[in-house]
Formats: sequence, structure tokens, C-alpha cells
Amino acid sequence: MAVLVIADHDNASLKDNTHKTVTAALALSKDVDVLVAGAGAKGVADAAAKIAGVRKVLLAESDELGHGLAEAVEAVVVPLMANYDAVLTPATSQGKNFSPRVAAKLDVAQISEIVEVVDASTFVHPIYAGNALETVQSSDAKKVITVRPTAFKAAAEGGSASVETISSGSGAAKTKFVDQQLVKSERPELAGAKIVVSGGRAMGSAEEFQRVIEPLADKLGAAVGASRAAVDAGYAPNDYQVGQTGKVVAPELYVAIGISGAIQHLAGMKDSKVIVAINKDGDAPIFQVADFGLVADYKSAVPELMDALTAAGK
Amino acid sequence: MKVLVPVKRVIDFNVKARVKSDQSGVDLANVKMSMNPFCEIAVEEAVRQKEKGAVTEVVAVSIGPIQAQETLRTALAMGADRAILIQTDQDLEPLTVAKLLKAVIAEESPDAVIMGKQAIDGDNNATGQMLAAILDWPQATFASAIELAAGKAKVTREVDGGLQTLEVSLPAIITADLRLNEPRYASLPNIMKAKKKPLDVKEAGSLGVDLKQHLKVLKVTEPAKRAGGIKVETAADLVSNLKTAGVL
Ligand SMILES: Cc1cc2nc3c(=O)[nH]c(=O)nc-3n(C[C@H](O)[C@H](O)[C@H](O)COP(=O)(O)OP(=O)(O)OC[C@H]3O[C@@H](n4cnc5c(N)ncnc54)[C@H](O)[C@@H]3O)c2cc1C
Repeated sequence: MAVLVIADHDNASLKDNTHKTVTAALALSKDVDVLVAGAGAKGVADAAAKIAGVRKVLLAESDELGHGLAEAVEAVVVPLMANYDAVLTPATSQGKNFSPRVAAKLDVAQISEIVEVVDASTFVHPIYAGNALETVQSSDAKKVITVRPTAFKAAAEGGSASVETISSGSGAAKTKFVDQQLVKSERPELAGAKIVVSGGRAMGSAEEFQRVIEPLADKLGAAVGASRAAVDAGYAPNDYQVGQTGKVVAPELYVAIGISGAIQHLAGMKDSKVIVAINKDGDAPIFQVADFGLVADYKSAVPELMDALTAAGK
Repeated sequence: MKVLVPVKRVIDFNVKARVKSDQSGVDLANVKMSMNPFCEIAVEEAVRQKEKGAVTEVVAVSIGPIQAQETLRTALAMGADRAILIQTDQDLEPLTVAKLLKAVIAEESPDAVIMGKQAIDGDNNATGQMLAAILDWPQATFASAIELAAGKAKVTREVDGGLQTLEVSLPAIITADLRLNEPRYASLPNIMKAKKKPLDVKEAGSLGVDLKQHLKVLKVTEPAKRAGGIKVETAADLVSNLKTAGVL
């Protein structure tokens, strides 16, 4: 059995989600190839070739692949599936965008956001905002799977696979890329960060979010996250949303400030190793998952925390 | 322009799902059910497009048990013109739902389908993309803004890292994300009017689609509970605890 992993990248760099997905793939088969579909992504393919356990890297390039158009990715992956028994994609927005198309074209189910490989046809995945774990057995000959990266350890570096350029497929005639506005940040990426500091509706404005959350994140070398309420209100960009329908994170340390802890938010962070909550309402549900809770107004608690971190040599 | 809006009846988003003790699934007996929040956003969008004059007819369709008629009545009360229920008591996979929707689309010939990006029960985030694939239509998922014009749609999407804008030719599948709009509450007069709007019921088995399950559910279990934590008194206490825990 051979397995294809579709790399997560932004054309410039390979994301750690790929390494984690390779680990899930290696639980299925020793024969794991990685597809890099992008534009100007040779460097990404070279990086993927260094993942330990990868047999071969396939590189497909076109402008449409560079923009991640789902139709274009599907057109590359579906013909490749003649050679593979399973395809695994990190469950990012991009992965969720094209993977179901691949499944439908192959007339198979997608097994969404797996957190465990039981055997080559049996998988565990969360449903109902992570309040239940469903074990499913697939009867399809070919498996199309998305992988929740936080549930798997990253495969190590140290491989030396070959890189093979393949056809970029038939493109996406009915879809045109217009433009994009990407959030630029010097901070670690939310998905793979060791520490995440998130702010909620309590911040009250974008200025306050930046004044309170960002310096604390910078002091901790952390990524910044937000609740849906904070994103909806425009305090933080959409890309920061942690939760059932945003990003799922599982850092060593998650700090929730002025976040109540709705089911949908917990779904995105409750697998963090250590959770800290700062909230002035001692009954807020976030305290039910917090290892360390500080019942306080963030307006005084965050400056005090900054001072205490300085005193501790941070 | 005619828009089809598929809607799903699911556990209310405020209710925490509980796993059945025999591990056969999630307990939905006596649990409040509502329209999936993302479907509500899709209905709202279609109705707003109609109010703006970009759309002439909004058809809501649901695939599910007879109680899904209530969900369709909600869509009608929000402003959909008519509704179709594809009735089945079977729990269907996204691929099967997509195939049934394809059969509905063959009869209805809409110019666009606007639907939720994800249902909050299965959390698959797959049906829209699958439908686009089997129809060979373009897709614009996770929409936070939609402009409909003759023969095309300009859609702003929430992607990893920010926003992306695509132009898709119609017919197309568009899936709604959270920030597309804030759905209205149906007014009492509109709820009354909705009772008189047409609602057709068809058997899922009558559409010529194989309803087979590709995935067999072996068990449904509760995730591991987090061990209880402690409350700390001061920020300094917090820092010393975090040091002890080895995360600083
Ligand atoms: C379909 C759907 C999907 C969703 N997906 C997500 C998702 O992915 N992610 C997500 O986060 N949410 C999601 N939500 C929204 C979720 O239900 C909650 O509405 C949201 O998480 C609330 O955000 P919040 O905690 O910031 O705001 P609130 O619930 O309003 O909480 C604010 C908290 O701040 C505290 N506070 C106020 N002032 C202070 C102060 N001065 N100092 C300290 N504490 C203070 C309050 O005590 C309160 O606990 C979703 C909802 C739906 C319906």
C-alpha cells in the first residue's frame, strides 16, 4: 500500500503540519510520498524531501496551484490516485477546501480530521465540537483523509528523498484568482506555536487588543489567537480565530484572556498542555478547563503578569 | 437568478452533545434541535441578495427526517420562497447528501447554491466541495462576502493567513463562513406567512441515488476529561506555577 501526503505550505516555506501528517501516513504504510502543489515552490519540495520516512516528493507547479485553487489541486491529485491507496491532507482551511473534491471525484467518503489511526481502514475523529470521538471503519478501496495536525507528533528531519516534477494538471477554467490580503506577522504561527495568548470580547476594541494581548504574546514568544467574538467585532483578523470552526491549537501553554469558554472555543484549544484563564467572572466556563485560573480584571492582571514575568527573567 | 439553499437540522449550538452510554452515538432524544448556524447564514445571504435585486427566487432544501420541515419553515420565515424536503430517517454521509442535492439541482436548475461551510454535528466541512466536484462546478468556500453579477460571482474567502478573493463563473457552489452576515430573527407575521408557502416532500429513495454508507461507525466515545485545575491569587503565583509546570 502506498500513501500520498499533500504538503501544507505557502509556496515559500513548508509548514510543520506536513511533518505531522507524514507521521499519520507512516502509521498506514512505509511507502509515503509527498505532493507539493504550488508555484515557485521548489524550495518547499526540497524541504519536504528532508522529512524522515518520505520515499519521494512530487512537485506540481502552476499559478493556479500557487493560489491553492481547489479545482486545480483536485486535477493534479485525482489522476495520481491511480498509484495510491490513501491520500492524507492536513485539515487546514486549504486542505478542507480541496480534499472533499478529491473524495467525491473518487466516489469515496472523506474521513475528516482524524486524530488517531487504528488500522489501515479504521480511524478516530472528533464530532460535535470535539464533545464526542467517533471511530469509523471505511469500506472504500481508496481512503481520502484529512488529519488534525495537533494530534500527531511531527516526523523528524533527516530524510533524503528525490524530487520529481510532475504535470500541473488541467487547471481551473471556471475560477479566477482576484487578490488576497494576507496578515503579516513576525510572531510564531498559531497552528504550530508552543505558546498561544488569546484575547476575547472583553478587549472591547482593536486598539485594546493590540495594547494588551500583543505585548504579552511578544514577551512569551507566543502566537496570538482570538475568540470568534473578538474576530467578529474586528479586534483581530479572521485568521486568529481559535475554535470549532477556526483553528485548532494544542500548544504547551494557552493563555485565554477575557474569553468565556464557549463550547465552540473550547473545541479549538482544550487539548493544550497547560491552560491559563484570566477572567473577572469566577463562574466563566473557561475555568472548567483551566489548569490555572486567575479571577481578575485583565486591566490590572495583565500588567501584573508582565511585571511578574520580567521579575522571573522573561 | 435562482438560488438553492440546502439547510440541515442539527443539535442547537448552545447544547453540549452527550455520548450515549452504550457508545452507539450521541444522545439526541429530548435535545433542542435547530437550523445549523452556517445554514442560517446561507439563508440570510440568499434572502439579502434577493432584497438587493440580485436574486429572484430562493429555494430551501433539506435532507432529513420529517421534523426537518420545521427547519424549512424557519428558512421560509426568513424569506425563502419555497422549500423541498428530501425525506429520510437514515443518517447520511456528506457524499450521499451531495448526490441527493445533485438530483435536486437537475430538476431545479439554480444559478447558484449558497450553503453552510460545515454542519456542527458531523463537523465534516465537506458537502459543498463534494457537490461542486460531482457537478463539475466551480466552488468558493468559506465566504465572508459575495457579489453576484450576470454569469459570475465575486467571493471573498477566509483562508489560512487572511482573505482571498475569487471570481467564479455561474453556476457555482458558495459556502458561507461565520462573518458573511448576521442572520435575522424571523418576525411573527413572517412566521405566519411561511406556513402558507409551498413545501414539497419527496422520499430520498425516489431520486435514484444509492444511499449506501461508506463509513461504518464502530463506536462513539467521550473524549478524555481534563483534570481539574486550581485558582491562583496573584499574577506572581501564576508565574511560579507555570515555572513549576515547566511551560515557561
Ligand atoms: C456556528 C458557530 C461557530 C462558532 N465557532 C467559534 C469558534 O470557532 N471560536 C470561538 O471562539 N467561538 C465560536 N463561536 C462563538 C461562541 O459561541 C462564543 O460566542 C464566543 O466564543 C464568545 O467569545 P468570547 O468568549 O470572547 O466572548 P464572551 O462570551 O462575551 O466572553 C467575554 C468574557 O470576558 C470576561 N470579561 C469581560 N470583561 C473583563 C475584564 N475586564 N477582565 C477580565 N475578563 C473580562 C467576561 O466575564 C466573559 O467571560 C461559534 C458560534 C457558532 C454559533
